[in-house]
Amino acid sequence: MKFERYEWLAITIMISLFIFVGFIQGWSVSLVILNMCIISAIMTMGVNISWGYAGVINFGVMGFLAMGGLAAVLVSYPPIAESWQAGGRGLGISFALFIALVIAVMYINKTVIQKRNRYILNSLIIFFGILIIRHFYLNATHNIEDVNPAIAGFLGGLGLPIIFSWIVGGLFAAGVAFVIGKIALGLRSDYLAIVTLGISEIVVSVLKHEEWLSRGVKNVIGLKRPVPYEIDLQNADWFINFVTYLNSSKLNNIIDVSDRQQVLNNLIIDGSGIFVKLSYAILFLIVMLIIFYFANKAQLSPWGRMMRAIRDNETAANAMGKDVVKQHLIIFVIGAAIVGVAGAMLVTLDGLFTPSGYRPLRFTFIIWIMVIVGGSGNNLGAIFGGFVIWFSWIEAAPITTFIINQLTIGLEPTNALKLHLLDSVPYFRYLFMGLILLLILRYRPKGIIPEKVRHS
Amino acid sequence: MIDFLNSIIVLLNFIIIPGISYGSQLALGALGVTFVYAILRFANFAHGEIMSFGAMITILFTWFFQSQNIGLGILPTALLALPIGIIATIILCIISDKFVFQYYRYQKSVPVVLAMVSIGVMFVINAIIRIIIGTETIKFSDGQKFIMKAKQFKVMTGLNEGLALKSSQVITILITILLLTFTFWFLQKTKTGKSMRAFSDNEDLALLSGINPDRVVFTTWIIVGVLACVAGTLYGLDKSYKPIIYLNLVLPIFASAIVGGIGSPFGAVVGGYVIAFSEIMVTYAYKKFFVYLLPSSVEPTGLVQLLSTDYKFAVSFSILVIVLLIRPSGIFKGRVL
Repeated sequence: MKFERYEWLAITIMISLFIFVGFIQGWSVSLVILNMCIISAIMTMGVNISWGYAGVINFGVMGFLAMGGLAAVLVSYPPIAESWQAGGRGLGISFALFIALVIAVMYINKTVIQKRNRYILNSLIIFFGILIIRHFYLNATHNIEDVNPAIAGFLGGLGLPIIFSWIVGGLFAAGVAFVIGKIALGLRSDYLAIVTLGISEIVVSVLKHEEWLSRGVKNVIGLKRPVPYEIDLQNADWFINFVTYLNSSKLNNIIDVSDRQQVLNNLIIDGSGIFVKLSYAILFLIVMLIIFYFANKAQLSPWGRMMRAIRDNETAANAMGKDVVKQHLIIFVIGAAIVGVAGAMLVTLDGLFTPSGYRPLRFTFIIWIMVIVGGSGNNLGAIFGGFVIWFSWIEAAPITTFIINQLTIGLEPTNALKLHLLDSVPYFRYLFMGLILLLILRYRPKGIIPEKVRHS
Repeated sequence: MIDFLNSIIVLLNFIIIPGISYGSQLALGALGVTFVYAILRFANFAHGEIMSFGAMITILFTWFFQSQNIGLGILPTALLALPIGIIATIILCIISDKFVFQYYRYQKSVPVVLAMVSIGVMFVINAIIRIIIGTETIKFSDGQKFIMKAKQFKVMTGLNEGLALKSSQVITILITILLLTFTFWFLQKTKTGKSMRAFSDNEDLALLSGINPDRVVFTTWIIVGVLACVAGTLYGLDKSYKPIIYLNLVLPIFASAIVGGIGSPFGAVVGGYVIAFSEIMVTYAYKKFFVYLLPSSVEPTGLVQLLSTDYKFAVSFSILVIVLLIRPSGIFKGRVL
């Protein structure tokens, strides 16, 4: 595909920001920010696909991210045999009973025609069904949670490489999105926003409290990495040779042997950290580019055109014979799946899963600011928004400290106001985010890189 | 007979009284959301933060009065600071309208854009609150804490179970009754209230009849400011003040407004109580209740709890989803004040 000039400008800005930070604050910091920027960009693309292409609002970002995170745990954590022994059967029974309950309800809905009878029968069967299921379920989960609660207390996962979880995370999120979409997509857009926001809260609270599944607030730590560990790198011959080769001119200038070894050791320790982060960055970048490629393909395809038609005039599209409800569901599920992939990647990067860390402010609203600022309906815009907003989210604190110090330069270091302001530096980023969103919505409502108007 | 009375007291103490006071707080919040929705026609995500802002100003002035030794005796000092908080909240609402929402109203933007804008406002107010008062939990209720302590009640009646009545609960209920009566009287009887109802029913027709939209919007923000500040302060007085709680409170408030039928003020109030009671009833362990009521041979062994208290928050949303599925317009068909 071809980029316009201002798009090249945007790409250049993004790259030069990281080079700038690399020189000022060090390459390690720069790569940490870059990794999160890429993940944010993928989340933003996910939201952008449903909102920008089809105008389907998705405020459930946090829930889909959490589902992706759950996938990372379930795929990569080694299975815990004792837990399966303790509660596997009970869980199986309750799961089978649950399926039976769902089938029974569906059967009733199909056969009983009179509305009142249907409600009564349904509520009766659901009430008693849940009572029976609860009996098995609570016993089983209780047993599982009692297995070695200090380090286990949950079912564990499959013990596969964590990189598979990126796909599984997408599937998990897509599954949840399918259910949500079936329930809620008929609603008006602002209702839909509230409902998806609420359901994402429910998803997170389930993950927080169903300890047999996700270990809940006890968190899962020590997930395996898809990239080498720093300590292994520092002992690997090829890596030492590689670092020596890269810095050969610098090392050759040092004559003293012990000094030289000292410098080399430092270089290896620094280098291993950077190498790990760089490998993450490359993996993430590959995923981002794949998604970007297909998102663009889809947007330019007849399907993308149909989506725009549905977005711009639902009634007209419907009259043309497009199944609006079905397409809305499809695009909602696709968008959620991409967010789920990002969620799995996020947990992969952190190496731990903390359900209580999922907060709507950080994981739903910030992502939406990225979409709006970048430009809804434009994938490059989404990436740009993800990069710029995450970058300013991180760099807001040092900048604020600098500004406060400049403004209060006349005050004494012990001045109460100055100290209070410096204490509340972390909160200024919310102020920045709000102001950026308001300014963009006011003066550039289509975003920094707006959607291209296509006349085809 | 005694057992029956005891079980009733258990219900009163653990479900009905907390339910009514929490429901009142939700109802006031939901009423504010409903006003914005009916007149300005968007879902105001910043409402929780507006409540929090009102509570914050009230707390600041409560501290000031406490330091000056001005108090209300047995009543909490916060009641004295409340009017100042209300005025500040109204000013905040009007400023945010002037500088932010007004532009989009004149542009006739779609509701979703306004909802996004309200998210921006939410971030800004959120930051201001945290910068001013921090994120710590603040308890600011003083004066007499209990009207009736559980022990006093036991001695008074000779029953096994105690009934505690916190003064903050009574204050909440009284203020809610007062405020709701006033709001409904205002909507039904005064000329401005009638013009607001007309405006929410049919904007074009209202404009043709010579109703000044700016005036209607101005009045709406005043009412919203009063309701939000009172709701926020009462919630903080009853539980404790913590900025993050108000962000989480937005969702039950929206749930109340939608369950009751968004746009209908009466529905919002009913929705508030429905959500509050279902949250408490679904997560309450009924063991004690059944122990009194049933003969000892069939006494329950478990806690007799439908869902663990961890899911308190999920309950309000499940109800919202169920209501939207069965009756999308809410309990009382809404959209008109």
